[in-house]
Amino acid sequence: MAEQTASTKTVKFIITRQDSPDAAAYVEEFELPYRPGMNVISALMEIQRNPKNAKGEKVAPVCWESNCLEEVCGACSMVINGKPRQACAALIDKLEQPIRVQPMRTFPVVRDLIIDRSRMFNALKRVKAWIPIDGTYDLGPGPRMPEKKRQWAYELSKCMTCGVCLEACPNVNDKTDFIGPAAISQVRLFNAHPTGEMNADERLDALMDDGGIEGCGNSQNCVRSCPKGIPLTTSIAEINKQTTKHLFKKWLSV
Amino acid sequence: MNGYSSRKLHSLLGVIPLGLFFIEHALTNFGAFEGGPERFNAGVKLLNDLPLIYVLEWVLIYLPLLYHGIFGLYIAYQAKPNNGRFQYSRNWRYLFQRITGVITFVYIVWHLYETRIQVMLGNVTHEELGGVMHNIMTQPGLFVLYLIGVVSASFHFANGLWSFLVSWGITVGPRAQRVSSYVCMTLFVVVALLFVLSMVAFRRAEFQEATVLLDTVKSVFS
Ligand code: HEM
Ligand code: SF4
Ligand code: FES
Repeated sequence: MAEQTASTKTVKFIITRQDSPDAAAYVEEFELPYRPGMNVISALMEIQRNPKNAKGEKVAPVCWESNCLEEVCGACSMVINGKPRQACAALIDKLEQPIRVQPMRTFPVVRDLIIDRSRMFNALKRVKAWIPIDGTYDLGPGPRMPEKKRQWAYELSKCMTCGVCLEACPNVNDKTDFIGPAAISQVRLFNAHPTGEMNADERLDALMDDGGIEGCGNSQNCVRSCPKGIPLTTSIAEINKQTTKHLFKKWLSV
Repeated sequence: MNGYSSRKLHSLLGVIPLGLFFIEHALTNFGAFEGGPERFNAGVKLLNDLPLIYVLEWVLIYLPLLYHGIFGLYIAYQAKPNNGRFQYSRNWRYLFQRITGVITFVYIVWHLYETRIQVMLGNVTHEELGGVMHNIMTQPGLFVLYLIGVVSASFHFANGLWSFLVSWGITVGPRAQRVSSYVCMTLFVVVALLFVLSMVAFRRAEFQEATVLLDTVKSVFS
């Protein structure tokens, strides 16, 4: 039976590696047996099981991060064939070979493909991307959100802080302090919420400081790269509108 | 001033007053194409006869230009273009906005040197500027450099207007931004055309008379 004979088809990988945060990067090639339905994560698992490079030398297995394996946690973002995306959703059958895999260098590289996305979580803290409802007594139910608004706000809530939009942005780099598209879109989400709206000005103030929304240069790569299809540029323009209004209100009230 | 306010000011100055002046400049020059030297000189005179012209020039042109231009160079320096990886038209326009900004900077410095600074030094008078332009435009090499300068500046202005509308939250949704793209790119073509046509007009012989005069002035000085 032909199906049962081992396949001789292989998959070629060129992976950018780095042993520690300060070490120099280098590329290493790997050649793995092809299996139907495999994706970049399962290929990395295969390397982990049998860590040999294309020359047959035994090497340290390639490190990466992943959790959900279904494109909802954002942990496995890396640059695959030039595009930042989730490795767990990158099917080998749909990729051109050799497959080039690199870490998202906009973030500090911890090791191999593992990056440190702390700046994204700090950004969410900075803009207060939550709804403060804790108190010493029960505040009762908040105002209801109109269904129509809920529908578009839900789309914004899909953000998984994966960092792809920051990697795609030419204005997020070591020369700027731009907060990046994701947090701006979260401000729109929480400012749209009937309870969150009560703290809208605090979030706008956070974006009207150094490294805030003014860092956007309108390349609009983010909206085309977001794996969740979040309308990031609409969010940015909407927050531009809200900050402009907030600016004039502040001026006119002194 | 924090990062936000200083960038907002940069953006505002690009349109008011610089963008408005740019349009005015295109129209005055086009007067050369439409009505020859008389029309052009009338335009120049009209502006120079404005009260407080010295103050107006500094407040409405030189200071905004210095602020927008120097800050703009810094913004351009901060960019890390990735057009190889992301070949989208918006991303190209992001890159061109920065490149044309730098070209515009160099071009404006040169253009000012040849016109206003020469007037300031007393080498030519306002009335002779038409002749100065005739001299430049009849030299093919300089004509090409001017062509690059005015086309770059026109793109920078029109595409800048597009991003201004986004930066101030005027065009928010994708449809509004798409319509604004068509309008601004049409504006780019129209303004560039106005400038190029006036450059062609300056090549005409009628502007030479002023040049003859200019040469006499120059020979007196040298
Ligand atoms: C003198 C040299 C100049 C340089 C180096 C320069 C540089 C820049 C840069 C880098 C930007 C991009 C800002 C961003 O998108 O984040 C920009 C925006 C802009 N520039 Fe200039 N510029 C110059 C002259 C001018 C002139 C003469 C005009 C007017 C005709 C102008 C009009 C604009 C406009 C309208 C914007 C858009 C503002 C916005 O995005 O909100 N610029 N400039
Ligand atoms: S907005 Fe999209 S690309 Fe950016 S972090 Fe969230 S999910 Fe990732
Ligand atoms: S592992 Fe969660 S998105 Fe890929």
